[in-house]
Amino acid sequence: MIVESASGRWEPVIGIEVHVELETKSKMFCGCTVDTEAEPNTNVCPVCLALPGALPVINERAIEWIARIGLALGCTVTPDTVFSRKNYFYADIPKGYQISQFDLPVCADGHLDIEVDGVASRVGIERAHMEEDTAKSQHAGDGGRIHTATSTLVDFNRAGVPLVEIVSRPDMHTGAQARAYAQALRQVVLALDVSDAKLEEGSMRFDANVSVRPEGEPELGTKVEVKNMNSFRSLERAVDHEISRQIAHIESGGTVIQETRHWDEADGRTHGMRTKEGSSDYRYFTEPDLPPMHLDEDWVAPIRAALPELPEARAARYRQMGLEAGAADVLAPASPRARELFESAVGAGGDPRQVANWLVQDVTAWLRKADTDLEATPLSAGHLVELGRLVDDGKLSSSAAVMVLGHVLAGDGAPAGVAEANDLIQISDAGALESAIDEIIAANPEEWERYVGGEQKLTGFFVGQVMRVTQGKADPKLVSQILRDKA
Amino acid sequence: MSAADLSIGGARAALDAGDLSAVELADAVLDRASATEAQLHAYLLIDHEGARAAAVAADEAIAAGTAGPLTGIPIALKDNMVTEGVETTCASQILAGWEPPYDGTAVAKLKQSGAVIVGKTNLDEFAMGSSTENSAFGTSRNPWDTDRVPGGSSGGSAVSVAVGSALGAFGSDTGGSIRQPAALTGTVGFKPTYGLVSRYGLIAFASSLDQIGPFARDVDDALTLFEAVAGHDPMDSTSWDGAVPDARPTLDAGPEGLRVGVVEEMNGEGADPQVLARYREVLSALESAGATLVDVSMPSIAHPVSTYYLIAPAEASANLARFDGIRYGHRADGETVEELMARTRGEGFGPEVIRRILLGTYALSAGYYDAFYGQAQKVRTLAIQDFERAYEQVDVIAAPTSPTTAFKIGERSENPLAMYLSDVFTIPSNLSGHPAISVPAGTDDAGLPIGFQLLAPALGEPVLFRAAKAVESLMGVSARPRLEEVAG
Amino acid sequence: MPIEIDVAHVARLARLSLPEEDLARYGEQLGLILEHAAAIQGVETEGVEPTAHPLGIVNRFRPDEVRPSLDRGVVLEQAPDSTETHFRVPPALDAS
Repeated sequence: MIVESASGRWEPVIGIEVHVELETKSKMFCGCTVDTEAEPNTNVCPVCLALPGALPVINERAIEWIARIGLALGCTVTPDTVFSRKNYFYADIPKGYQISQFDLPVCADGHLDIEVDGVASRVGIERAHMEEDTAKSQHAGDGGRIHTATSTLVDFNRAGVPLVEIVSRPDMHTGAQARAYAQALRQVVLALDVSDAKLEEGSMRFDANVSVRPEGEPELGTKVEVKNMNSFRSLERAVDHEISRQIAHIESGGTVIQETRHWDEADGRTHGMRTKEGSSDYRYFTEPDLPPMHLDEDWVAPIRAALPELPEARAARYRQMGLEAGAADVLAPASPRARELFESAVGAGGDPRQVANWLVQDVTAWLRKADTDLEATPLSAGHLVELGRLVDDGKLSSSAAVMVLGHVLAGDGAPAGVAEANDLIQISDAGALESAIDEIIAANPEEWERYVGGEQKLTGFFVGQVMRVTQGKADPKLVSQILRDKA
Repeated sequence: MSAADLSIGGARAALDAGDLSAVELADAVLDRASATEAQLHAYLLIDHEGARAAAVAADEAIAAGTAGPLTGIPIALKDNMVTEGVETTCASQILAGWEPPYDGTAVAKLKQSGAVIVGKTNLDEFAMGSSTENSAFGTSRNPWDTDRVPGGSSGGSAVSVAVGSALGAFGSDTGGSIRQPAALTGTVGFKPTYGLVSRYGLIAFASSLDQIGPFARDVDDALTLFEAVAGHDPMDSTSWDGAVPDARPTLDAGPEGLRVGVVEEMNGEGADPQVLARYREVLSALESAGATLVDVSMPSIAHPVSTYYLIAPAEASANLARFDGIRYGHRADGETVEELMARTRGEGFGPEVIRRILLGTYALSAGYYDAFYGQAQKVRTLAIQDFERAYEQVDVIAAPTSPTTAFKIGERSENPLAMYLSDVFTIPSNLSGHPAISVPAGTDDAGLPIGFQLLAPALGEPVLFRAAKAVESLMGVSARPRLEEVAG
Repeated sequence: MPIEIDVAHVARLARLSLPEEDLARYGEQLGLILEHAAAIQGVETEGVEPTAHPLGIVNRFRPDEVRPSLDRGVVLEQAPDSTETHFRVPPALDAS
């Protein structure tokens, strides 16, 4: 949390603003389709193009969904709230104002728990408010580079897409924490099924407010807003870079100025942006075209009741079922299909740890190698239960079980049949093993003598020899037992 | 008499009886426009083709027995009402040439009702003004005296009804923009309860104050026009979703038993003596006919103009931000998009619009919000509470419509504040969102019309129309301006 | 007393490019109007809620349903400058 430098000890302070585009069917204030991949300027109407005379109407689902996000983050839903006009001119802002919220956000005062290197911390959520997205500009001209652009092309398909802004409190102190927060928030949004939250497509975007202050100083330092990070990694890098930059700047006698800086992924630095003409004075006032919203407990209750289990709570439940923390944390936010397989297999008598380990390790590895999705495989909960039973009955070694799993995923059939067909069933018949063991003892009299003399570590040698001659099909537990009996 | 001089009620009867065809009526009105436009300039655009086509369709509907109250009736629309495929400019250079791809809700309703839309009428640019002198395309003239203004901002609509270049017209009223020109032209002008007529497709001036309403030659016609456009619209979140109060059953109930409020703060002080005399004369007539006059006090109404001239420009400063030269309308050159926008707006808007954008921007800006805009919104609350207290004692409130009769062109154009003060009696009902109507109450010595205003509580249209009809019965329907002086 | 305002700053906020002499005149006029408007500052409004909407209605929502969009050709035809697919404007000042 504290950065030591030549001149002393510094405490970085970080707050994150996250924008999430909601995947409603229609836009925030009009009936145009939400589809930012559509042909440019085809999902536009008088409202989202801000034609003279057009008026906005609130999409109720968007309000329900922001409430869902807020409730999942432990926020209070503001019972009496309004939209406000945030006035500023930009080619991307068709009305010359963005319909947003000012002092009465739909959701306020929540939190999100994060963990970095085993250290847990709680990040406060100041607010989550509803607004509308802007249009998309692309710069045309020589080489497509911004500073040589000769014109800008504007596409209004994205204008008016419901946008939730989630503002954290300045509770983070490292780039790693910022990254963990953003990742955890993304998991929550995905679990709520309100957005695809794709960083690369911009349906989830984040800005970081970074400041530093000498250790023990109660006042916050001047904050700098860092923009243009489009991966979790670049968020972490940008924040860490900005912390170092500010400390170095102060140490060299400079003063941090309040500004917006652009993260450049290529050179790994933040760059100051040319300041906009005039200071920002958004002249917020209550949107007269939209009556206030009264979101009382009657309105909130069904949304609260319908909240799905969130990754954090689910992980806790999985740990109670006996999973190791690592497996629980991986499985809890995993794909719905993986969780469904896990929960049904356990429900049908499968061992939670065993099933979880197969899913988070072996199945995941197989899918990655095969470059496919779980949904595309025939793997069922029944298969997992059957596989567990084969292991428990000693018919499959754990390594053979993994091989069987691969065959099942590949569509070769159910576990027992696959094991049979591939000759993977363990030899669990003591009689059949005994003659093999006798032959090995006869071939290695010296080792056998030492084993009998109490050299326990030679167990492995003999088991290994047996496995070799049985081509891995011997039950190692049974082999050890027979060896002990013979000694 | 030309068919252009009929009331809507009279024309309806003639059309339904087969004494007149919608095409004949449309032609009479278009002829009247041809005769008067050179002098009066009521219209920015006359849609000859569209009007004739609508008249032909109306005749078919009448023949088929499917005609409604407005089928075949020639109507004019203020040019801040969006009309699909027909240029809509708001009397501004910044929007010149704009052909909207959609109809506003009120326009769509009128088309569905079979009304014949004659054209788009002149106004003060973006409905900001009280004279039409702020139109970018020339001033309309008052048919009673062509050296004088017709009032505004809906001056063109008022003139069209006064002279018969339409049988009825629609305007918008943000601070008196229907009632004041109605008073100055001897027509009936009605501002409905906020929310009863959809604002979808009305180019916004001040969203929390704007309301579409009719001009007509008599109270009956005004009600007919209102009924055609009233009702809930899912495209306008501020539109009233309950039933539209039905004013028909009590329209002719007369003045007896009506409690008419005379507001100490709106009793005409500061008004022209002749306007004041007429106002008192109407009050006496009402009293003689069985109405009761009740003195009420509304102390918070004391600053209506100040309150209004902070709230309306503030909302306008945002509403007019969309005119940036990017998606439609006028565009100036610029090296950067910022420069393009600033130049487009600087040269596209006229002086009054710029003045109000600056005023509203200032009133909302950091450091001044609380003292100006915030305070104005609170005073607005007090004004509404004053009205609510008053309506515990009275059914309607009476006031002059305009403190003066029509003033000379140019007389006030150099003094914005003096112009603003001409809205002193009309602004309060915009602040409260309540309905109000101006009915003709004779003329002054110079023969210029004087209006008498009635106000009612929210959704109080039935009692308002009843009172207005009573005044009309007592004072008589307005005479018409002498056409020989305005016809070219 | 007329109120003095930084009219150039206000014009910048309002994205209005105006000649110097016009700015000065607007500044004077605004000062006079604001002097008159400032009268409301004498009204006692302690504890009074501001009115932003004249009708006391709340929760006007629409269902999340798609409605037809406009035809792109019709929309771009009204633009002062466009390509076949986009609105076109000069580059932004702060796009660096």
